[in-house]
Amino acid sequence: MKLPALNTAIKDLSEVDRREFFKAGGAVATVALTSGVTLMAFGGEASAKADAGKRWGLLIDVNKCKSDCNACVTACSDENGWEDTGNPETDAQWIRKVDLTHKQTGREVSLPMMCQHCEDAPCIDVCPTGASFKRADGIVLVDKHACIGCRYCMMACPFKARSFVHEPIENQKTHAPRGNGTVESCTLCVHRVDKGGQPACVEACGKTGNGAMMFGDLNDPASEIAVALKQYSSIGLRDDLRLNPGVRYNNL
Amino acid sequence: MKRLFASFLILIGLMGMASAGEIKSSLAPVVPKAAGEAHPEGNEFMRINHMKLMVHDRDDTVLLGDRNVKYSLKECVACHAVMGPDARPVSVKSDQHFCRTCHEFAAVKIDCFQCHNSLPDADLVKKLTMLPQKDRELAAYLKEVTE
Amino acid sequence: MERTVYREMALTPMVWVLAIILGGIIGAAGLAVLYVEHNGHIVTGMNNQIVWGLPHVFAIFLIVAASGALNVASIASVFGKTAYKPMARLSALLAMALLAGGLGVLVLDLGRPDRLIVAMTTYNFKSIFAWNVILYNGFFVVVGAYLFVQMSRGMSAKTIRAMGTAAFIWRLALTTGTGSIFGWLVARPGYDAAIMAPLFIIMSFSFGLAFFLLVLTSMYRLTKRNLDPMLIKRMGNLLGVFAGAVLYFTAVRHLTNLYAAEHGDVERFLLFGGGGITTLFWVGQVLIGGVIPIALLFRPTDGPNVGSVLLASVLIILGGLVQLYVIIIGGQMFPLEIFPAYEVTSSFYDGAVNSYTPSALELILGMGGVALTLIIAGLGVVALRILPENLSDS
Repeated sequence: MKLPALNTAIKDLSEVDRREFFKAGGAVATVALTSGVTLMAFGGEASAKADAGKRWGLLIDVNKCKSDCNACVTACSDENGWEDTGNPETDAQWIRKVDLTHKQTGREVSLPMMCQHCEDAPCIDVCPTGASFKRADGIVLVDKHACIGCRYCMMACPFKARSFVHEPIENQKTHAPRGNGTVESCTLCVHRVDKGGQPACVEACGKTGNGAMMFGDLNDPASEIAVALKQYSSIGLRDDLRLNPGVRYNNL
Repeated sequence: MKRLFASFLILIGLMGMASAGEIKSSLAPVVPKAAGEAHPEGNEFMRINHMKLMVHDRDDTVLLGDRNVKYSLKECVACHAVMGPDARPVSVKSDQHFCRTCHEFAAVKIDCFQCHNSLPDADLVKKLTMLPQKDRELAAYLKEVTE
Repeated sequence: MERTVYREMALTPMVWVLAIILGGIIGAAGLAVLYVEHNGHIVTGMNNQIVWGLPHVFAIFLIVAASGALNVASIASVFGKTAYKPMARLSALLAMALLAGGLGVLVLDLGRPDRLIVAMTTYNFKSIFAWNVILYNGFFVVVGAYLFVQMSRGMSAKTIRAMGTAAFIWRLALTTGTGSIFGWLVARPGYDAAIMAPLFIIMSFSFGLAFFLLVLTSMYRLTKRNLDPMLIKRMGNLLGVFAGAVLYFTAVRHLTNLYAAEHGDVERFLLFGGGGITTLFWVGQVLIGGVIPIALLFRPTDGPNVGSVLLASVLIILGGLVQLYVIIIGGQMFPLEIFPAYEVTSSFYDGAVNSYTPSALELILGMGGVALTLIIAGLGVVALRILPENLSDS
C-alpha cells in the first residue's frame, strides 16, 4: 500500500500558514525579535545567540514555597516530557521538592531543587568529552550528541541535579530531546528563554499565587531579580564549594 | 564492512543513474515526497550533504544558543512527515518513515531518534490531521457551488 | 648464571578446556551487554543514586591491578633485581591484559558504548577522566614497547632499562589518575581526599602482585615447568608488605576523616553504622583482604610454603574487590550533604542512605572482564616466548 505523502494534504495551506509551519522553531524567536512588547517583558533583547553579557538565574523565596505544592515539578514534567513511570530509583527528576526540618530549631521549610547552573560547575570540569557545558549566558546543559553516558557528572554534582535515562524513550517533546543512556538535567527551559520567555516552573509557581520563584538576568542591575538580590540576603547552596550557583535561595 | 561498501557503490551508482536519466533500479527506495517547497540547494545536494548541514546547525543551536538556524531536525521531521493509514504521521518505527526509506537502503544507521522525536510537534500534527477534513469541506462546498 | 630460555606454552587439552570456559564467560558477558544496551540500565541494579555499580568495581580493580602487575618487571629493569628479570615479560604482558579487561568492562557499561569514538576523539582536558583515557591508551603503547625491547634480539640493557623506567613512571601516573577520579570529587564526603591517589597506588602494588602470582603459578603448573618455591616465597614476602601498606593507607584515610567534624557522619556510616557496607569493610576488606593474608604470608614456616602464598593471593584479590566495592558503592550510599543543618526528605532520596542490589548482569559483565584478561594473557604466552623454561631464585 502506498501511503499518501503529506504534501497532498498541505497544498491548501496559506502562505502564512506555511511559513509558520516551516519555521516552527525559528518563527517565534523572529516574532519575539520584532515584537517590542515581548522583549520588554523580560528586560532583555532576544539575540540570535546566547548572550555572553547575561547570566540567567533564579531566586527562590523559601518562605513563599508551600510544602504541599508541587506545581513547579508538574509544570517541568509537562513541559519537558519526563515523567513518573513508577520506578522512583531510576526515574529522571529534573526538579524536585525538598522538605527540610532544622535539626536544632525545628523550623520547617520546603523548596524546589534543580540544576543550580553553577558558574564553576563540577559537572563541566569532570566531563571527559565536554558534553557538559555552559552556554555564554550561564545556562549549564548536556550536549547529548557528545554524552557517552559515563555518569561521572552525576558523581561530581553536589546537588544531585542530574538523572541518567535508564530506559528507551519515545515521543519526546520536540524542544526537549532526551534519550536512553545519556545524562540530563534542568535546562532552565532554554527553549523558552531563547524566545524571551521564562522557565515553566517559574510560570507555574506564579500562577499558584505563591510567587516563590523569580527568573531573570543576574547581570542586569535593573532586572527585578538583581534588584531583589541586592536588597535581601540570599544564599547559594553549598556556598562553601565556591561554585557560584545561578540559583539562589532566600530565607533559608 | 563489505555490505556497507557494496551499498555505498549501489548508492553512488543510483545517484549517477538518477542524474543521467530516468533509469532506476527496482531496488531503489521509494522516497516519499515532502510537504514544502523543494530545497533551493537541490535534492542531489541535500542527499549528499544533509548530515553536514544538520550537524553544523545543531552545534550552533545547542552550544551557542542560535535559534535562527537554517536547518533543524525538527523541521526535517515536520516537512518530510509521511502519513500512515490513520492519516497521522508515522514514527521511525515504521519503515515508511522518510529517514528510514533511504537509510535502510544505504545501510547507514542513524541514532537521531533515540533522543529526538521522529514525529512532528503535536500542534503541527493536529493542524495536519485537520487538513483533509478542510479539504473535504472545501470540495463539498465547491461541488455545491458548481452544481 | 645460566641463560634464561623462553618458550611458548604448549596447547595441551587442559589449556583448551580453560580457553573454552573463559570464552564462554566472555560470550555471556557480551550477551549481558547487548541486553543492557537494548533495555537500558533499568535492568541493572544501578540507579540515579548509585550511578556506578559492580561493573565499575571490577573495571577499577582490573585497571588498578594492571599497573601493579607491571611491578615485577619494574623491580627487574628499574631496580636491577636479577631474580625478577625472567618474569619481566609475563609481568608486562599481564599488565596489558589486565588493563584491556578492565577497560572492556568500563567501556561496555557506558550508557552509549556505541559512542566510544567520541571519548577517543573529544577531550575536555580539565577532566581527570579524559586524562585517564590518554593514560590508558599510552600504557598500551609504553608497556608494549617495553615488552618489545625485552623480546628483541640485541637490545642493550640500557635500552631495556630506559623503557622499563618509562613504563614505571607511566604506571605511577596512571594509578594516580585512577585514584584521582575519586579523590577529586569535591562534593562527595565519601571521596574528596588527596590520599586517594597514593592509596590506589599501594592497592595496585598489592592486587597486581597477587594476581601475577596466581597467574604465574597456574601457568607453570599447566606447562609442568619448574618454578622455584623460594621465588614464590620471596614475592610472598613482598606481597605481605604491600598488603600491610594498604591497611596503613586505609587507616590514615579514615582517621583523618574521623578527626574532622564535617566528615564524622560519613565515617560513622561506613565504619560503624552502615549495616552491610560496614561488615564488608571490617570482615571483607580488613580481615579477609588484610589481616589473614598478612598472617599467612609472615607466619614462620620451615621452608617456603607456596600454598600459603597462593591462598593469601586469593584472599587479597577478594579483599581488594571488596575494598573497591566499599569505596565506590559505600561512597555513593551516603547521602550528599546539601543542607548541613537540616533533616532532609524528598522524592529523590535526598538525605536517605541509598541501597544497591547488584544484578547478575553486572556480575557477568565484571567476570567477563576477568576472563578477557586471562584469555589475552593466555594467548600471549601461547603465541609468544614469554615464559621461561625454568624459573629459579638466583
